[in-house]
Amino acid sequence: MREKLKLIKKNAEEKIAAIGSLDEVNDLRVKTLGRKGEITQLLRGLKDLNAEERSEIGKIANEFKVHLEQMINQKTEEIKHCELDSRLAREKIDVTLPGLPPQRGGKHPLTQITEEIRDIFTGLGFSVAEGPEIERDYYNFEALNIPRDHPARDMQDSFYISEDLLLRTHTSPVQVRTMEKTAPQIPVKIIVPGKVYRRDDDATHSPMFQQVEGLVIDERITFAHLKGTLMLFAQKIFGEDVRVRYRPSFFPFTEPSAEMDISCVMCKGKGCRVCSHTGWLEILGAGMVNPRVLEFGGYDPEKVTGFAFGMGVERIAMLKYGINDLRLFFDNDKRFLNQF
Amino acid sequence: MGISVKWLKKYVDFNWTPEELAHNLTMGGIAIEGVEKIDGDAILELDLTPNRGDCQGLINIAREVAALTAAELKIPAVNIAESSANINDYISVEIDAPDLCKRYTARLVKNCKIMPSPEWLQEALINSGIRPINNIVDITNYVLLETNQPLHAFDYNLLSDEKRILVRRAKNNEKFTTLDEVERKLDEDMLVITDGVRPVALAGIMGGLNTEINDDTTDVLIESAYFMGGNIRKTSRKLALRTDSSVRFEKGLDINGIVYALNRAAQLMQELAEGEVVGGICDAYPELQEQLQVALRPERVNYLLGTEITPQEIKHYLRKLGLQMSEVDGTFLVEIPSYRPDITMEVDLIEEVARLYGYDNIPSSLPYGNTTQGGLSAFQKFRDTVKNILANYLHEVVNYSFINPVAFDRLSLPADSSLREVIKVANPLSEEQSVMRTLLLPGLLENISKNLARKNENLAFFEMGKVFYPSQESLPVEQEKIGAVVCGTSEINWLKNKVEMDFFYLKGIIEDLLAQLGIEKCEFVQAEKNAYHPGRTALLLCGNKKIGVLGEVHPEILQNFDIKTRCCACELDIQVLFELSHGKKMLQQITRYPSVERDIAVLLDREIKASEAITIIKEAEQELLSGIVVFDIYTGEQISEGLKSMAFKLTFQSKERTLTEDEINTSIDNILQNLKTRLQAQLR
Repeated sequence: MREKLKLIKKNAEEKIAAIGSLDEVNDLRVKTLGRKGEITQLLRGLKDLNAEERSEIGKIANEFKVHLEQMINQKTEEIKHCELDSRLAREKIDVTLPGLPPQRGGKHPLTQITEEIRDIFTGLGFSVAEGPEIERDYYNFEALNIPRDHPARDMQDSFYISEDLLLRTHTSPVQVRTMEKTAPQIPVKIIVPGKVYRRDDDATHSPMFQQVEGLVIDERITFAHLKGTLMLFAQKIFGEDVRVRYRPSFFPFTEPSAEMDISCVMCKGKGCRVCSHTGWLEILGAGMVNPRVLEFGGYDPEKVTGFAFGMGVERIAMLKYGINDLRLFFDNDKRFLNQF
Repeated sequence: MGISVKWLKKYVDFNWTPEELAHNLTMGGIAIEGVEKIDGDAILELDLTPNRGDCQGLINIAREVAALTAAELKIPAVNIAESSANINDYISVEIDAPDLCKRYTARLVKNCKIMPSPEWLQEALINSGIRPINNIVDITNYVLLETNQPLHAFDYNLLSDEKRILVRRAKNNEKFTTLDEVERKLDEDMLVITDGVRPVALAGIMGGLNTEINDDTTDVLIESAYFMGGNIRKTSRKLALRTDSSVRFEKGLDINGIVYALNRAAQLMQELAEGEVVGGICDAYPELQEQLQVALRPERVNYLLGTEITPQEIKHYLRKLGLQMSEVDGTFLVEIPSYRPDITMEVDLIEEVARLYGYDNIPSSLPYGNTTQGGLSAFQKFRDTVKNILANYLHEVVNYSFINPVAFDRLSLPADSSLREVIKVANPLSEEQSVMRTLLLPGLLENISKNLARKNENLAFFEMGKVFYPSQESLPVEQEKIGAVVCGTSEINWLKNKVEMDFFYLKGIIEDLLAQLGIEKCEFVQAEKNAYHPGRTALLLCGNKKIGVLGEVHPEILQNFDIKTRCCACELDIQVLFELSHGKKMLQQITRYPSVERDIAVLLDREIKASEAITIIKEAEQELLSGIVVFDIYTGEQISEGLKSMAFKLTFQSKERTLTEDEINTSIDNILQNLKTRLQAQLR
């Protein structure tokens, strides 16, 4: 019996060594160690032996069982590893194939820039104000200190709807509308994004374009505050190292008035084609609110002062993205829109 | 206009290079666009703001340079040797329209010799961009550039025998031929200079051919006058005639400077044309303009600028500009010279101080004061959210607010459609931009058409913008809309699993939008709409509120827009969406009991809508059903004509317990029973 056991063990050991699949391992486990397996079968003969032999053979049989069990488990692990390795090898992909493009859209670059500008000012406590695009002559001109026949009306050739109605030529009428609603309360701190219209159409002018306007009215607002606010804006939008300068200018609704230039974003001020070799780019108009405009809005210019500024969104977008033709913004070509 | 640096140096000394001069003037508020070097001279290109029209005259630019450099201003002295004759014996001047002509002065220079101007004068004119003609005309141009005062020279002997200058309004339809040999039809809003009989000049704009200086001219009547800018501007626009003279009058001139200009011209005619200047000046000046005095409080300068400039410094800057002042109780009473008509208020003087002090020297600091909440209104935030959601799937476009009225025909809108009631632009640039849009669709379809023509395929766009409707109120109605349009498929890829961008694609985007906005209980109701496919169009409703329309665009309409592919569009009212979105999103508790999925398939009449079946299923099982997905629609083989098979995946789940097989079977039986009795459904 001892011999038979040894033989079973030897056979099993040989088979395990030769096995290549999990199925075969299971087969062997059943055949050798199972309830109807060879060892179990053999041990049925134990009852014919005496007690001493029975205990000895039983002990040997148990050792063999444990031993074979271990071998089978080890083999199982080996085969599992092997199979995983071969699966992983089969599953190799070409990682250089392009990814599946998610179906995506995007916001128009003018929207993105408008939001960027707007968010800088809302962060400073400005509210967003809006107004009609078809505006009354009074709000677009008269109340902004541009009476009829004023030469400044030439600066802004207008689309008229009727004698009294026109497509607003700037976002400034919203200044007056806001003042009318707010006066005499202070402070007023608004940022006004919106579409505006002028009778011009060429590579540098579009009959419709977008502006962002700002207005602050409070006690003791000074030109220095205008400069500080605009400097912060310029740094946030064009980078910390941007330099600015101010030139005296003229707008009927501000006095003193200024143009703000920034150091050229292309050449960092060294001079290039974009800045006409001056190193500077005109970026926005600003000034202290003209006392007449404050009066039109219902404020006493002796008690409060204010500053206002306005900029073209297209201009800023062109500089930020290196766009050289204004018309691209309204052409809505997919190859253009795709890039934003 | 070009400023000759060489000529400018006659009036003020400076050591700047032309580039430095250009820079310093620009930073002082007189913008120079460019510097052009020419033989022996440099020309500065001016880009003047409308308030500084005075700087079109060299002497006034010289004043600016003097203020910037503290150099002395050299205004040419005028000495005329007048003859013993008296001008009043030769001509009289009368103003019949004092509201349009504030002052009219004239001088007579007799026995002039018409010849070419001397070289220095010709060169000065040529460098400034003016063609020399003869000494008399050249002198009027020279003085114009020098003083900014337009002059006109008449051939005295060609004036009618009345020898009476009468400034009056033109008569309606009065005809007059200007120097450029164009006959112009005038009206009674225009101002003319007459010789008592007929017009001889269109005031402030151009002289007449009838009294032009010619080779035979001997006696010259020089006009130097002050006409109202607004009227000159209007006439100039009406006649489409802009001249060196009219652009100056438009911006306002120096009412006291006109006599200097007149004398200066007479002096030059004496010197360069050997003329005899008749004694005296005709000066019709009905209402003497008072000397303007503006009060300036020095503390107000710092109050407005945020600076600490002393009263002495302020005085110093104003003096540099040649302004005289007295002081009363610390306030400066500044005499405003008539050559600076732009200065009328205290702030104007503050600006003068600021620009000489240097804008860049003013400190820079953030405002302080009461804090403000700031930020966006609820509606503004909502609009941002909508844009953000749509931009996940669609590219935003921006179209012009004005459209071509032909668009309404292209959309085949009926003649009585309210969308055809448009606001018209009175002076459009072209017919294509002549009416305000009443819907976004035409712009979006044009975007598709244009892109397809450029071989950009597979398009998915949206726009958010205003449409405009006429109104009885003082302002038209402006409504914000969302429009979207898709065509083609999703981008092709190597797996070839592209998706058609059709009705259901766009519907999916809208459903996602509604879900993200927390707008519930919306339904898409089959409908017919102008411009849309009659069988593939839905109205989007929420209760009795109409959110908008979604559909495939009608093939005929697509053809009208030159689009050769199917195209789906939607138009939604953002205001309605906003009103519906007020409900808060509340978390649905996630149950820990397992869910059970069951598929059912039923045969239904082909006309029955998915939404009807879904409603019935939901009504039949109101408690345990947590999801319904339509996962298959089938017609064809094995399905009888007029029927369709519709398969649903139903998910059952309870928040309180694990469901038993019996419960689910009962529920499904109930659902099927309901489908059977209410929709005549057959179980497959």
